[in-house]
Amino acid sequence: MRPLAQSETALSIVAPLAVGVAVVLIWELACRIANIPVFLLPKPSDIAGKLANDWPDLLQVTPIVAIAPLIIILVKNTQVALTVCATVVAIFPIISNTTLGLRSVDPGLINLFRMNRASRWQTLWRLRIPSALPYFFGGLRISSGLALIGSVVAEFVAGTGGRSAGLAYEILQSGFQLDIPRMFAALLLITLAGVALFAAMMGLSRLALGQWHESEIGVET
Amino acid sequence: MVEILSAEKIFPNGTRALAPIELTVAGGEFLTLIGPSGCGKSTLLKLIANLIEPSDGRIFWWSGEFRKVAASGRSLAFVFQDPTLMPWARVEANVRLPLDLAGVAKADSRGRVLQALARVGLEGFARDYPRQLSGGMKMRVSIARSLVTEPDLLLMDEPFGALDEFTRNRLDGDLVRLWWERRLTIVFVTHSIYEAVFLSTRVVVMGAQPGRICKVMPIDEPHPRGEAFRNSPRFAEYCRALSATLAEVSQAVTPTR
Repeated sequence: MRPLAQSETALSIVAPLAVGVAVVLIWELACRIANIPVFLLPKPSDIAGKLANDWPDLLQVTPIVAIAPLIIILVKNTQVALTVCATVVAIFPIISNTTLGLRSVDPGLINLFRMNRASRWQTLWRLRIPSALPYFFGGLRISSGLALIGSVVAEFVAGTGGRSAGLAYEILQSGFQLDIPRMFAALLLITLAGVALFAAMMGLSRLALGQWHESEIGVET
Repeated sequence: MVEILSAEKIFPNGTRALAPIELTVAGGEFLTLIGPSGCGKSTLLKLIANLIEPSDGRIFWWSGEFRKVAASGRSLAFVFQDPTLMPWARVEANVRLPLDLAGVAKADSRGRVLQALARVGLEGFARDYPRQLSGGMKMRVSIARSLVTEPDLLLMDEPFGALDEFTRNRLDGDLVRLWWERRLTIVFVTHSIYEAVFLSTRVVVMGAQPGRICKVMPIDEPHPRGEAFRNSPRFAEYCRALSATLAEVSQAVTPTR
């Protein structure tokens, strides 16, 4: 009886999958053969391509409140789970800003590097990365605030209790217990953490760009 | 030194930037390309720099292909219209860039960088950032960067076009002295008649639609040239002749619609 049961389970998985694949294949083929314009019905391959290209945007538009419970279930260690949540929210401005920076290089300098037969690596290290630094630090500043939001939301959802309870959980608990002074204290501390993070990013940016970039020099000449 | 054999350039959008051109750049000369806007003088310079390739015709560098230039130990340098300095790097690092990219050891390059800076009169500014310098000084840094590799051929695309006339005259004077002392070969693009006459041993007058060479005018005056030449009646004569030629060339291409 066992083999039959097993094959039945297998069938119950394989059959729907096969139908699904068949549908997608027919969809793809029909679109190709009938030459259906993309704006009416895009081919599955078009959609997959878009998905593969735009994954950072996907990350960006997925609300952290919605995804936090999933992350907390998937990741065993709560601390790590909270860090993952904060990272998911914070990473996007850094990625998009840095990409923009890597592309915004003075074309004259690109030509200069080409004239001097610079390798791709040399161009990246000596030209693209320094050019991208101001953008990267801009992203870092935005992300420092977002990371805090991410971790607070994640902690609301995770509801870590006990000794490792964070400030966000304190706020939640104070709400339940109507312990308003305690809530204000936690709020104040979170705000301070945000300010400290932001100041740290400003300091880093000043350290890296202070000598040369307009944003850090200000109007002096 | 560089031979251009009926090279022409047609851009992908169909614009005919250069009609087939014949031109030879001889060693040790100061050749200036002048002409109205859109006459293809910058395009010609980029062809010589191998920044773009001709659509047809051939160009030889020291009787060979461009890819053999590096192996033969010769080099070209290009000075752009803007100083194109890296704002995050000090003056010395900017000047050292071509050596760094070629893999020259820091110990060797240091002396050469200081020497190049001394040649353009910027000895005391090695540790400054580009933003601390004036427009003219930035251009000097750019020239020092092109000299640091001791190029056999120096290509300059309107390098002083954005500077005020006083600064431009001073830099012209320094450039022509440098060319004379170092026995450089320079191909120079400019809009300015005075600059062309003052600097060159040969002026190539170009016309537009399509870009072509209309006339080659030698400037047979002794070197080193200085303020005395600029104020001489011979200078004025050359300018008048060049100006007349340019007017003729521009007239010939009165737009027809």
